[in-house]
Amino acid sequence: MRKHILFVLALALTVSFRASAQSFLENSQVSGSFQTDAQYYMRDNGIGINDLYGKKLGINGFGKVNYTNGNFSAGVRFEAFLPEMNGFRSELNGVGLANFFATYDNGFIGMTVGDIYDQFGSGLVFRTYEEWSLGMDNSLRGARVVLRPAQGVTLKGVYGRQRFFWYPYLERDMGAEEYRGIVRGVDAEWDLNQSIPSMNDAKFKMSLGGSFVSKKQEDLSLFYYIPENVGAAATRINLGYGNWAFSTEYAYKINDPSAINNFIYKEGRAILSSLSYSQKGFGAVLQVKRVDNMSFKSMYTGKQNDLDINFIPPINYTHTHSLPSMYTYSTQPNGEMAAQLQVNYTIPKGTALGGKYGTKLAFNMSQVNDIVRDSVMENGHMVINKPGSLGYTSKFFAISDHRFFRDINFEIDKKINKDWHVTAQYINLYYDIETIEGHAGAPVVQANIGFLDVTYKINKKQSLRLELQGLWENEVHKGYEYEESEKKDYQKRGDWAFALLEYTITPHWSFSIADKWNYGNPVEEYRDHYFTGTISYIHEATRVMLSAGRQSEGVVCVGGVCRTVPASSGVTLTVSTSF
Amino acid sequence: MTLLLMAFVCVGLHAQTKTDLPNVTLKDLNGKDVNISKLSNNGNPIVLTFWATWCGPCIKEHNALNDVYQDWQDETGVKIYAVSIDDSRSTAKVKPTVEGKGWEFNILLDVNSDLKRAMNVSNPPHTFLFDGSGKLVYQHTGYFEGAEEDLYEEILKIATKK
Repeated sequence: MRKHILFVLALALTVSFRASAQSFLENSQVSGSFQTDAQYYMRDNGIGINDLYGKKLGINGFGKVNYTNGNFSAGVRFEAFLPEMNGFRSELNGVGLANFFATYDNGFIGMTVGDIYDQFGSGLVFRTYEEWSLGMDNSLRGARVVLRPAQGVTLKGVYGRQRFFWYPYLERDMGAEEYRGIVRGVDAEWDLNQSIPSMNDAKFKMSLGGSFVSKKQEDLSLFYYIPENVGAAATRINLGYGNWAFSTEYAYKINDPSAINNFIYKEGRAILSSLSYSQKGFGAVLQVKRVDNMSFKSMYTGKQNDLDINFIPPINYTHTHSLPSMYTYSTQPNGEMAAQLQVNYTIPKGTALGGKYGTKLAFNMSQVNDIVRDSVMENGHMVINKPGSLGYTSKFFAISDHRFFRDINFEIDKKINKDWHVTAQYINLYYDIETIEGHAGAPVVQANIGFLDVTYKINKKQSLRLELQGLWENEVHKGYEYEESEKKDYQKRGDWAFALLEYTITPHWSFSIADKWNYGNPVEEYRDHYFTGTISYIHEATRVMLSAGRQSEGVVCVGGVCRTVPASSGVTLTVSTSF
Repeated sequence: MTLLLMAFVCVGLHAQTKTDLPNVTLKDLNGKDVNISKLSNNGNPIVLTFWATWCGPCIKEHNALNDVYQDWQDETGVKIYAVSIDDSRSTAKVKPTVEGKGWEFNILLDVNSDLKRAMNVSNPPHTFLFDGSGKLVYQHTGYFEGAEEDLYEEILKIATKK
């Protein structure tokens, strides 16, 4: 009987949906995407993989579906790590509905419940985001309201608790390790040009913004008094005049002792500014940044990138080729002074140096140093960074001699004729591996890196691409004297060569082979070849990629957040599609 | 219960996946709000292409598109919107990069990846082609040398219909 009622109800629903809501259905859109990355691991004594520790297979996968209908949208994302691939956090191991949301937005008011991704300004006090390739997701489960009361004015409020792998979103009945607080935030932005009619098309542009974020956490520490409410505020301004643009954001956080800052009771500050000039064929941007004790997490015991509420962007150049991206900088939230300058210039078409297509030049320089820390008085003694103390004082403009990172690079990109295209780059790198990757005692990486990327179009459909790269370390030489116990510090160090040959048949197929060779490692047994072969097939929005070979130990970074990838040998399959 | 679910599935299937431009608001390089669902090009095709300053293949694709853009516009009236998914670490570099490379496209900033999520983009470059009424007719992920020719063939298909 019950079944019958349901059937009639269902039928009625179907019919009524069809009849009375024709337009509703016509406005319905369903879309989604799906990706699986799977790795099959093999033993490879040549690169020191003598034991797989029972893990032969790693699979990371997700599927998401979005539904939209006019002002309404909703979506779910399902994730599976069966188990997670090597190099991803073991806490990811599991399967489940990782994310869902429903949003109504009519332009005046927008409301979202569920898992929220948003950011205030440049993210110095609040940014939640998801980065699949890193296994990173700090979304906020809760609610968000966005109000646009007048043209050019946006007000936002968020409330919730952040995702922490698969741990349940509960407040109590948990050990201190898994405890996390509530995050609340408000943000206001006022764009004068959109708001004031007479300024709509003015050459002078201005917008202002401000935000306040607080976390409410429970003090579960046996050693320290942890503040149960920690507030952070930021203010920003964007100015423009003609070809010039300037923007700056300043953030302040009250004392927030945590595992990251060694439990000091010092306030935090950060400033990020940029000045740029651009006109057709020329662009330049100068950025400066100062960070002082600005790690902000919804769990004071959090490590690495766990439960970050804010995002401190690294501003250095992001390299994408294999050897140049081997040493990628990641932000030091406890303190850094950074600057970068980038200049892009296109030598115009039709000139002697520009040729038929123009020649594109790019120069970039970035450097990061530590801030200067002065001792503070604690119980009659001068201390620096002592747990439980005020930590240190720091002069705003003082720059420490301790350099973390420097990258000076120059790139030339030239289409020679219809068939040939060349890109070349030279990089001079300084990388304090001890600070950035935590390899205690390892010598600084000082290297010259170069690459040449040549594409030859065989015909309309087929092309060949050759990449040649080299990395030469100045300080770590072959035959360097090292103690047996220090040997591990020299893994992946010394000189490298890399070559890649790719054959593509547009629009579907790509075949490539590559070899990465650590020929100049000071330790003879580390002078390994990392040979890989890859086939990929693309059809519209579907991509299938199969590769086999060795992967060297390294760091994968996206958006300035990095994860270390252990050396591995085996087969990798990636399938992704969207619809 | 099963039946009820089935009924909903039926309803779901009837909901044609008429993929449209999503209701997401981004900023252009002048800081002006642009609602994607309201993009229009006088009935001519619209290309949305996702890119980032740190994405090598995207830069290649854009350089190639830029070389032919003027011809394409003359012949089909197509308009290209290049959506940058650069976040705060590189948004300040977008305008100098675009101008420095001399690209002629309309640039939109998807700083919070809102449009990227709404359009289910996993990795850039990812290119979408919409016809004059905002209906999605073609999409492609990745960039291979010469792939812009295939995109142009698709553009010609819908442009000649006009």
